[in-house]
Amino acid sequence: MKAIEILIMALRNLSGNKIRSLLTMLGVIIGVAAVIVMVALGEGAQRKVTENITAMGSNLVMVFPGRGSSRGGSFGGGVQLTNSILSVIEDASFHIKTIAPEVRRNFVVSYGDSSMQTSVIGCTLDYITLRNYQIADGRFFDETEINARSRVAVIGSYLADELFSNTDPVGEFIKIGVFRYEIIGVLKEKGQSGFGNSDDLLLIPLTTMQQRIMGNQRLSTVYIQADSAENVNKVYNQVYEALLEEFQDEEKFNIRNQAEILETVQETSKTFTLLLGGIAAVSLLVGGIGIMNIMLVSVTERIKEIGLRKAIGATKLEILSMFLIEAVGLSVTGGLIGIGLGWGVSSVVSRVTDWTTVISPESILISFGFSIMVGLFFGGYPAYKAAGLHPIEALRHE
Amino acid sequence: MTKAMIKTEALYKIYHMGDAEVRALDGVSLTVTEGEMVAIMGPSGSGKSTFMNTLGCLDQPTSGSYQLDGEETSKLSEKEKARLRNQKIGFVFQSFNLLPNLTAIQNVELPLIYAGVPASKRQKIALEAMERLGLGNRIHHKPRELSGGQQQRVAIARALVNRPRLLLADEPTGNLDTKSSREIMAVFQELHRNGITIVLVTHEEDIAAYTERIVRFTDGKIVDDRRIEQKVIGEGVLV
Ligand SMILES: Nc1ncnc2c1ncn2[C@@H]1O[C@H](COP(=O)(O)OP(=O)(O)OP(=O)(O)O)[C@@H](O)[C@H]1O
Ligand SMILES: [Mg+2]
Repeated sequence: MKAIEILIMALRNLSGNKIRSLLTMLGVIIGVAAVIVMVALGEGAQRKVTENITAMGSNLVMVFPGRGSSRGGSFGGGVQLTNSILSVIEDASFHIKTIAPEVRRNFVVSYGDSSMQTSVIGCTLDYITLRNYQIADGRFFDETEINARSRVAVIGSYLADELFSNTDPVGEFIKIGVFRYEIIGVLKEKGQSGFGNSDDLLLIPLTTMQQRIMGNQRLSTVYIQADSAENVNKVYNQVYEALLEEFQDEEKFNIRNQAEILETVQETSKTFTLLLGGIAAVSLLVGGIGIMNIMLVSVTERIKEIGLRKAIGATKLEILSMFLIEAVGLSVTGGLIGIGLGWGVSSVVSRVTDWTTVISPESILISFGFSIMVGLFFGGYPAYKAAGLHPIEALRHE
Repeated sequence: MTKAMIKTEALYKIYHMGDAEVRALDGVSLTVTEGEMVAIMGPSGSGKSTFMNTLGCLDQPTSGSYQLDGEETSKLSEKEKARLRNQKIGFVFQSFNLLPNLTAIQNVELPLIYAGVPASKRQKIALEAMERLGLGNRIHHKPRELSGGQQQRVAIARALVNRPRLLLADEPTGNLDTKSSREIMAVFQELHRNGITIVLVTHEEDIAAYTERIVRFTDGKIVDDRRIEQKVIGEGVLV
């Protein structure tokens, strides 16, 4: 009952001083909005990266060439992975669903007068399903073309857009170096990736790549897909054992689990989010100091009022509550406006730029909670000071 | 015998200013019976305000005893004293002390808020108090839109809303002209007729003449205390 009266009284004091209240809140508004926007950006980046890694395919284990031997490596660095490793991997586990080797190299490709650099990837039939690509137009190459080491190519959507603005690429010829490859298909767009553009590529048969272009049996990556998510770790361990037995040296190969990569990247972007949020929180702190400053001014200005209220029967607690409510009222109103503003700015940012922003309920709850705390903390001292005033000395104050 | 509303015994209030010692109250013993109307007089600095503040539970004496309505106040907690100020005592100041941002009636309602009276009843009680003081047509004015006399009447209405048994007034007419002063004293006399105990401080003999008893202070001591023939203003002074 009385609590509500004190609340109304405090709010009336705030609204009686609109400009000052607004200016005081501004610090908190900006602070909270900054926290919301920064966290939204950070979480957006995190979601994007997660999506990209998941888009690589699901339940993947990847094998790369090693850095060299720990017992004094071969000249020129790196031990190579070759086609012969595929059967070793295949025999390593029952839980392997598909194996897709890849040879990747950057080349300048050209069509007509225009040319650009892109990733040329030699791969097998299973590659596009394993990597979650889809054919937008035309078709993927077939067994016959692989066996024949045909000069056929399937191009990424980015490449299609860049080189073939008006023409349908399917049926056209693209040049890799000096050789002409027939474009038989175009991939569906996958979108930006954290590690470069996953649509900026050109796929050709693995045989063509190894025998016509590279002239060796080396592989850049072997993608292994487990038959289920539960078995990814098992596949990882079994392949690791098999490779270790094969190479007798764990420096000679490199094996990665997709979940592990995901974890590392998420960890990194979480740190990034915390950092951004932390920097923004400093401005919230500055806003809190602004509240403290104004509340102290307000207590000084209203010393006579405090004396009078005490003289007519207000208790210490009632005076304390009134000033605390005023401080919290300022910080919470500021916080709410800040949340709205942060939300608005985040959605404008994600609309205007191609950054993803994610407003999480947690970030709203936390910044709301934080603004209450700011009010309590920074309003606490001024309110305590007001409550402790001696009624007569307060009334005498000029 | 009527019982004592105020009973002080050997009240001392001593301030230390460096080495010097200021005895604002130097052993004041005074009894005011219920329903009395008393004027306190004396030169500036003689301790009148200090005494009033002690009676109003706004200030703590250095030593001595003060019984209000039979209750010893020196042992009360801050909270209990706040409650006494709210319920038993009405205080009127020389400088009115109205809150400038509130309207007249909101000022009058303040003690009711701290008494925990619900909003619906508050307005009615405050309005009644203001009407009794002839302010029925001024309830929504801000203090600065009222004359000094009107402001002091708002302050008296505020002191009266919780129906206190004791009204303390420290130079209530000190800032007012003769006509307004007479109006205020008429109000006090009417309250006195209704049985409220009144203690007021004044510098003017004319004002003191409207009471029944004059207590004189000098240097923190009571030097004179006598009953007088009360000069009654009569009814109908308020417009
Ligand atoms: N806070 C204080 N610190 C030190 N001395 C004080 C304090 N308050 C009052 N005094 C002293 O106590 C004495 C009594 O003061 P008080 O205000 O009671 O006088 P008064 O009789 O009300 O005077 P006036 O008629 O001018 O209002 C004065 O000498 C004053 O200087
Ligand atoms: Mg005085």
